Amino acid sequence: MSRVADVIAARKGEGSGALVGYLPVGFPDLATSIEAAIALAENGVDVLELGLPYSDPVMDGVVIQQATQQALANGFRLRDGFEAVAAITARVSTPVLLMTYWNPVLQFGVDRFADELVAAGGAGLITPDLIPDEAAEWLATSERTGLDRVFLAAPSSTKARLEQAVERSRGFVYAVSTMGITGARSDVDNAARGLVSRLREAGATSACVGLGISTPEQVHEVLGYADGAIVGSLLVKALADGGVDAVAAAASYLATGK
Amino acid sequence: MAEGTKSLRDELGPYFGEYGGRYVPESLIAALDELDAAYQAAKTDPVFQAELAELHRTYTGRPSIITEVPRFGEHAGGARIILKREDLNHTGSHKINNVLGQALVARRLGKTRLIAETGAGQHGVATATAAALFGMECVVYMGEVDTVRQALNVARMRLLGATVIPVTTGSRTLKDAINDALRDWVASVDTTHYVLGTVAGPHPFPVMVRDFHKIIGEEARAQVLELTGALPDAVTACVGGGSNAMGIFHAFLDDSSVALYGYEAAGEGHLTEHHAATITRGRPGVLHGARSYLLQDEDGQTIESHSISAGLDYPGVGPEHAWLADIGRATYLPITDDEAMQALRLLSRTEGIIPAIESAHALAGTIKLGRELGPESTILVNLSGRGDKDMETAGKYFDILDADALAEEDRGPIDGAER
Repeated sequence: MSRVADVIAARKGEGSGALVGYLPVGFPDLATSIEAAIALAENGVDVLELGLPYSDPVMDGVVIQQATQQALANGFRLRDGFEAVAAITARVSTPVLLMTYWNPVLQFGVDRFADELVAAGGAGLITPDLIPDEAAEWLATSERTGLDRVFLAAPSSTKARLEQAVERSRGFVYAVSTMGITGARSDVDNAARGLVSRLREAGATSACVGLGISTPEQVHEVLGYADGAIVGSLLVKALADGGVDAVAAAASYLATGK
Repeated sequence: MAEGTKSLRDELGPYFGEYGGRYVPESLIAALDELDAAYQAAKTDPVFQAELAELHRTYTGRPSIITEVPRFGEHAGGARIILKREDLNHTGSHKINNVLGQALVARRLGKTRLIAETGAGQHGVATATAAALFGMECVVYMGEVDTVRQALNVARMRLLGATVIPVTTGSRTLKDAINDALRDWVASVDTTHYVLGTVAGPHPFPVMVRDFHKIIGEEARAQVLELTGALPDAVTACVGGGSNAMGIFHAFLDDSSVALYGYEAAGEGHLTEHHAATITRGRPGVLHGARSYLLQDEDGQTIESHSISAGLDYPGVGPEHAWLADIGRATYLPITDDEAMQALRLLSRTEGIIPAIESAHALAGTIKLGRELGPESTILVNLSGRGDKDMETAGKYFDILDADALAEEDRGPIDGAER
């Protein structure tokens, strides 16, 4: 039903959990962003989350903002996103989700966007500013195309809203570890553990924790209670500072602790 | 209004036709629900309403007066022009109406910290003022570009005890200040209320902000009726996000004989690439938590807006305006920087009232409208703010500053040709 869910379940079956790695498309340029994503897949990342640069990324901290702003300044177009997905999926079997704010999808056309993503071999969408309440069109389109749809759950979400997020998500539910935006934190909030536990009560079988995770210890700790750990800003920073080799090393270090 | 027709004044959100809604991260939903519940309770609570009314009477200076401006009207086809004087409110604009209302709601919610975005600085100043009045902490996000062109308002906010954070991302103007305020709020909702300054954003902001400003139209409607014995033929206002326009339009929505005109900032011209004419030139999309018209490229990336007026320099517009435009109840037209500046000078010289550059867009539109409607017509204009904050911009625009002499003493004195 969902390749992403299958991959996560398989890692879970091995007594661990999935490492989900985020990088934006087009940073520092399109070709390098593709190579960097492939390097993630080849160094222990189980699910790729590719961010589409957007002019008003309210959920992102300064590291990802700077990277996506540079990609936009370099002339990023939505088409580059599909091109990146196609190039990556041609070379690695790791499932690829796009992380995108909603307006680009809306302007491209929800159906057309989904069809292009399927054609490129993409697995689905993570939509940080689209709540299930506003997602009628996307729910219908994702049913038609079989694409995964990852909605967010927050520590502040009510029981009813967690149930809705679980019911509407496919692939996994994105458990926001803390009340905040993307960016490394020294402590992944205790709220994450409680949130995953509440998501389990709401019926979640696939819940990945994101925001603030940047060390192998944090990954290990999160995988002790969740099905996956999502890392973004650390990888973006590695790419910015040391290129593809540094991203490969960072992914490997997160996955193995070495 | 025809019998059985639904009142246009009853829109409660979250949707206005196909506009509005809540396009925000899940982390904010609980706070928006909490705010909505507190606001709904306050709306029908006589204690809350009395408290707000008393603040408006003893602090804001409400009701604001209306002023008839016949010498200005001579330049507007001889139409009878009446200004609603929101410029006379404490802090210098209509913004205080909304801020006091929201600060009272925030206090009810036990929040101790107010955050706000600001463009021209008027909303930031109003929020800093309310925070000082209520003993709350205050942080104002302001685009770096705007902190330069509105430096005096930055000083005002700091004097009032607020922290002003210059925003250096994106276009470094109002839209980016909203992004940073939202990022702050996502991380601080337990203690913090986000005092959104216009009728945009996720539900309940568009309805709540409108409701706190609708007193403008309610007062003005009664005042014009008392003065002239009739309703005006048209009501005009400038539109950036659209708060002062919604405030004065709302009371007239069901008066089908009253035409409503919103004037958008056309910058260097709405057919150039440098404007902020969102309804005139934009198309529907999602920005800052709501679906509405916005300036965007083919990929849905927000296009940077341009206007001489920092308060109108915004690529979005409130969802209720988008809806009123679509159903034809209100008409939205572009006004260029130059048209606005000429109207600013005209009102100053004919009536001794210096308007904010934002409000001058409404005046420029009114001049055109008066010439269309003729001397028998009456037009009510929302004079949303005063021009004190704009003196540097106006001084440069009309070349009436001696600033160069101040900056470089070795230069000879500059003859103020416009003096």
